[in-house]
Amino acid sequence: MRPARAHPLWLAFVLHRVSGLALALFLPLHFWVLSWALTQPQKLNQFLSFAEQPIVKIAEFGLIFLLAVHVFGGLRLMAMEWLPWSAPQKTLAAGAIGVAVLISGTFFLQVV
Amino acid sequence: MDADTAPLEVSVWRGDAEGGSFQQFEVPALENQTILDVVSWIQQYADATLTYRFACRVGMCGSCAMMVNGQPRWTCRTHVKKVLRDRHVEIAPLRNLPVIKDLAADMDPFFDKWIAAGGAHRPSASRDDPIPGIDPADGARVEASAGIECINCSICYAACDTVAGNPDYLGPAALQRAWTLLKDAKHEGRSAILDAVSGTGGCHNCHSMGSCTVFCPNDLDPMSAIAGLKRETTRSFFGRRK
Repeated sequence: MRPARAHPLWLAFVLHRVSGLALALFLPLHFWVLSWALTQPQKLNQFLSFAEQPIVKIAEFGLIFLLAVHVFGGLRLMAMEWLPWSAPQKTLAAGAIGVAVLISGTFFLQVV
Repeated sequence: MDADTAPLEVSVWRGDAEGGSFQQFEVPALENQTILDVVSWIQQYADATLTYRFACRVGMCGSCAMMVNGQPRWTCRTHVKKVLRDRHVEIAPLRNLPVIKDLAADMDPFFDKWIAAGGAHRPSASRDDPIPGIDPADGARVEASAGIECINCSICYAACDTVAGNPDYLGPAALQRAWTLLKDAKHEGRSAILDAVSGTGGCHNCHSMGSCTVFCPNDLDPMSAIAGLKRETTRSFFGRRK
């Protein structure tokens, strides 16, 4: 038996967890590719030209979204737990996602 | 038989701590009928061995909470029409607690944690002392008053996924009780509460999912109370190090 969980703060929790895990998986790969600048510059250049493809840009949009949603969701949690306020948390969670969409959307529009 | 008078199809969990399964019952549909009415009808007219718990029937005592269609609810104040799905409703014992029999959950872990969180009141004055005045508009009193209408029904405890994942976690009700005592000018032993709620199973386990606040039948806000405890324990931790 499991209670229905489709309420905004529970979904915000899941989004925060999933984005955190995805970023934790991404970062080692990111640094590994960056290290090619020192060890294998030719390979890095190949990768950078590969990264110009639209499909990679769409993936980057997802990545920026995950990063932004994790940053602002984390700020919301820190504000809730550290500041003496009791503002409606649902609105803040929605606001965090809204800001994340804004930032990732701006990035997306810049690169296409 | 038209749709209005067709019987309700009720799945009731039968079993004990060893396990069990759902049993089907047909219950006459009435115009005004709560889930507790349905359970009582089954016990009185269909199967007298059905075990469940209730007392006041008006949402004051907190003893009749069960899982209704997978959600924790106070059954005496849950109208059948509100939860019915195609004339079907599923009733089970509260989640996150051991089962004694059928729909009666063992509340011992819930109340043990209530005590472990420092929930027992320790007066700061004796009966011989003058009664200190309490201003209802005082900031700390307002925060305490926001949480004192808890009826200990354990619905928040059943709704909490952190409790489900960590059996040592004190849970929303016990932590909210600790928060109301921490903010109570007539309670002695502030540091004892902060120690009790900052241990292994304490307030810092909370992930602020907010299911406690969503499901609380009395519209209380344990999530914010726990956030308050996180704040106070952290402040006390750094205060001590200075």
